[in-house]
Amino acid sequence: MIEKKVTIINNAGLHTRPAATIVKIASQFKSDFFIRKDGLNINGKSIIGVMTLAAGKGSELTLTFEGEDEEQMAEAVTDYFNRGFDEL
Amino acid sequence: MIDLTKKNLYRGIPAAPGIKIAKAFLFKKEIEKVVDEKITNVEEAIESFVEALEKSKKELAKVFSLAVDKLGAKRAELFEAQIMILSDQILIDRIIQRIREEEKLAEYIVHDEISKYQELMARSDEEYMKERSHDIEDIKNRIIRNIRKKKWKSRITDEEVILVSDVLTPADTVLFSRLKVTGYVTEFGGLTSHAAIVARSLNVPAVVGLHDATEIINNNDKLIIDGFNGIVVVNPTTEQLEYYLDKLNKLDEENENLAKLRDLPAETLDGRKINIYANLDMNEELELIIQNGSEGVGLMRTEQIFQEYDSFPSEEEQTEVYSNFSQKLYPLPLTVRAFDIGGDKVLPVDVKEPNPMLGWRGIRFLLDNKNLFKSQIRAVLKASIHKNIKFMIPMVSSIKEILETKELVAECKKELTNEGVSFDDAIEVGIMIEVPSTALMVKDFAKEVDFFSIGTNDLIQYLLAVDRGNEIVTGQYQEFHPAVIRTIKYIINEAKKTQTKVTLCGEMAANYKALPLLIGLGLESISVSGPVIPHAKEIIRALNYAEISGFVTECLSCKTEYEIHQKLEDFYSEKFKESSKEFFN
Repeated sequence: MIEKKVTIINNAGLHTRPAATIVKIASQFKSDFFIRKDGLNINGKSIIGVMTLAAGKGSELTLTFEGEDEEQMAEAVTDYFNRGFDEL
Repeated sequence: MIDLTKKNLYRGIPAAPGIKIAKAFLFKKEIEKVVDEKITNVEEAIESFVEALEKSKKELAKVFSLAVDKLGAKRAELFEAQIMILSDQILIDRIIQRIREEEKLAEYIVHDEISKYQELMARSDEEYMKERSHDIEDIKNRIIRNIRKKKWKSRITDEEVILVSDVLTPADTVLFSRLKVTGYVTEFGGLTSHAAIVARSLNVPAVVGLHDATEIINNNDKLIIDGFNGIVVVNPTTEQLEYYLDKLNKLDEENENLAKLRDLPAETLDGRKINIYANLDMNEELELIIQNGSEGVGLMRTEQIFQEYDSFPSEEEQTEVYSNFSQKLYPLPLTVRAFDIGGDKVLPVDVKEPNPMLGWRGIRFLLDNKNLFKSQIRAVLKASIHKNIKFMIPMVSSIKEILETKELVAECKKELTNEGVSFDDAIEVGIMIEVPSTALMVKDFAKEVDFFSIGTNDLIQYLLAVDRGNEIVTGQYQEFHPAVIRTIKYIINEAKKTQTKVTLCGEMAANYKALPLLIGLGLESISVSGPVIPHAKEIIRALNYAEISGFVTECLSCKTEYEIHQKLEDFYSEKFKESSKEFFN
């Protein structure tokens, strides 16, 4: 299992569009992916789940990846977070 | 005056202007009640759930295409997320699993499972999360309704009605827009709620945030909605009705008078033609601008696009926006201003500057973010195929900046040519004159650009070294400071010598006192906000150019703002009725 800490860096935070994109990226991989914030553990492949995360700029999230392609998945997903959801 | 203390008069947030008198149509969301009931045929329940998902997807796809049509692709994006929820495999599997394990009605499990997410959303302090929770409610009800194979019935007749609701989801608002809804009253929401945005784009009055509206108002109650003041009158008294009918008449009369001006040219008594263009923020203003008789768009502020949508629009999204505007305006011109970010406008990156007004803004920011800038240039070029687009650069303070910009434009043109994309190769590129250094070098800039646009707000602030937002020195911000008038005169003269077009697009052009002065200075083109256009026309048509240019010569020799101010005030009250001032500030 891989665990990564990420910070939301774009101004608008985790709004609908990035939420949808995260799910789309995650769905390309086989491994399980969870997002943890404030004691909530959300399945990162579920759009309705990701949409419940109110994560504004500066919020810290913990991402966990587990499965056969966990490394590639972790890289693709964290990269998207680190790019500020392509909104910088 | 109307008695504001009357018991049948309620106040909310004025979200879209206008006055309407019509019957109330109460729209209560039929909340699908579910019961916790055991079933015997689990497979049948699962099948009906899966079918309901498909049916819901089809329904939403329809709403989505209608929304793209009415609101533009970017705003319709919201529905895409809703459609995605209907394909959320984690959610679907979980629901199916629960139906199987608990052997309960599909609608009960759907309700129970989705409500969990809503509770999480409602717990958040963020306002948008509450709005999002309403969107999820919409999806939930849609699925449950489809499991029950019920159709959503709109009971709206052909009559004009004012829609009263607790909250309107985007889907509702879009669907209602096809019916004869002449006003919106909602319990929840602010200026940026879906109902408010849609009401403004459809040009119908709206009052939002009126608590308990659905309790206070009954179906078929007679309503007066005053979207200017956020007032709703329920079953008005004769007195109240008369007051508002009178107000409506005046509004009509005024609109009629101004409509007459629409097709008349903005021409002085002695035949000097002035071009009036419009400043434009959002999509919805376009119709109004055309109605008001504008000759095109002199300033389209593009930073609004991403401010509204919270993020930088992609090249494709921008192309779509600019193309849409260009087509709707064609053959009238559309001047697109490059992202004017920084200063008092939001920077998309988190930078704290000790003095943002003198900092990283306008062209400085763009040249430091070349990819972003190029995406905009490419989008503008792609949208320019109708040859009615011009591109304008803000906050230019040295020749180097415009040279670099032109290089980037050339680079983008080359790329597009290689990609086989067509564009207007002769697209005009101009600059805003907002910085004194640029004003002083107008002649040199004229060799590099196709047009100028004077931005008075910033020009005054930089010329007089006064921060407009600083209350302590607001008294020093003098629109009619002799140096301001003389600088504008200098710009107009130098531009004329080099045969470069000049427009003025600051607030000054919308000032009833400044307008005669500016025309007298030799300005031949202004750009103002849509509603000001007819009023500006009215003023121009009452002026005599020969007379005001003489008068302006006097102003140019004044040494204090006070003198100029007095002269203008006297001149104005001699020429015009008091009433025409009301529309200017």
